[in-house]
Amino acid sequence: MEGEGVETVSALQALTLHDPHVMERLLLDLSVNVTAMFRDPTFFLAFRQQVIPLLRTYPFSRIWVAGCSTGEEVYSLAIVLAEEGLSERTRIYATDVNEAVLDRARLGVFPLGKMQEYTHNYIRAGGTSAFSTYYVARYDGAQFARSLANGVVFARHNLVSDAAFNEFNVITCRNVMIYFDKPLQDRVHRLFYESLAVFGVLALGQKETIGRSPHEAAFEELAVDERLYRKIR
Amino acid sequence: MIAIGASWGGLNAVSTLLDGLSADVDPPIVLAQHRGPGSSRGTLEALLQMHVERPVSAPDDKEPIEPRHVYVAPADYHLLVEHGHFSLSVEARVQFARPSIDVLFESVAAVYAERAIGIVLTGANADGALGLQAIKRAGGVTVVQEPGSAAQRSMPDAALAAARPDAVLPVEEISRFLNELCVGAPR
Repeated sequence: MEGEGVETVSALQALTLHDPHVMERLLLDLSVNVTAMFRDPTFFLAFRQQVIPLLRTYPFSRIWVAGCSTGEEVYSLAIVLAEEGLSERTRIYATDVNEAVLDRARLGVFPLGKMQEYTHNYIRAGGTSAFSTYYVARYDGAQFARSLANGVVFARHNLVSDAAFNEFNVITCRNVMIYFDKPLQDRVHRLFYESLAVFGVLALGQKETIGRSPHEAAFEELAVDERLYRKIR
Repeated sequence: MIAIGASWGGLNAVSTLLDGLSADVDPPIVLAQHRGPGSSRGTLEALLQMHVERPVSAPDDKEPIEPRHVYVAPADYHLLVEHGHFSLSVEARVQFARPSIDVLFESVAAVYAERAIGIVLTGANADGALGLQAIKRAGGVTVVQEPGSAAQRSMPDAALAAARPDAVLPVEEISRFLNELCVGAPR
């Protein structure tokens, strides 16, 4: 309310209903946007070892990063694809409900102060280059190479209400559904099931599981400890 | 529910606490132990498992809460309880900590109210003080490790000041306190 210069919740409500920009800012404040590059390095290592070989078998593949927030995971995946020589054959669809975080994701500028942590993660994730080759320092930001975003489509999509929009070989949705209740999680699992090609891969967060979801039986575990699942029917 | 918060020196303190716990203590036990985001997966659980018969694990998101089970907050997540199950969060660190003891305790206070038991053990910061206060306000039982007996006394000191706990005890006696409080009484 302070940010919008209003005194009461009802004044904020009126603003929110009538000004889409206020709505965006409110959404940005209320939704969770914490993410890191190469969070859970062992996941990215498993992705490189187990998912990349599958992608090599396709002439072209599509990856959906659902709930991409400010894009840290998108750029991490783009780096893995570049190092594996798959950039030209892969398109990443990065979606979020929030247009403001998508704008930040499109920019590809992350805090310079985080680079030490991200470099450490990158090395543990099996990175084959020097992490610093992917960005240039600008003031207190690290601007990631535009080439990484070339194969990326950033678009708005609401997991709560929007339908499937393409068929994917990989869907990653890590630490997004933990903020949803069980019925909504079930809805999103159905959406992912419908959006995945047969033998497509679903990647969840370290402490999320396909177990207890309605589509559990349609998947097999690809990497047990990393929550990588493969759709088998 | 028994909720335990520990930081520096916590592994020893929690191990001792579990060693002294009667097998008849029924309520689920949930632990927020500060640790680095890169700490290897499963190590803390495995170390604690050596001290108790009951299963020790880091719960998945939405995992049902079972009695006679020790749940450890996973590294780099906040752990919260809801009605009947856990939920996780990767929101920003609270007082530099993820998992945060305050975040866990406040959720325990909200869900379990007077059926909550909050315990703050050794640590070199002030996490857990506000959470213990919340458990106290909700009518739960509050316990703080006697600061002089703690490897690091800042965290017990802060909890003492914030919550005026029901009991201030060395760790061995906290086990005995729980045995008397909980045996035969599912909470």
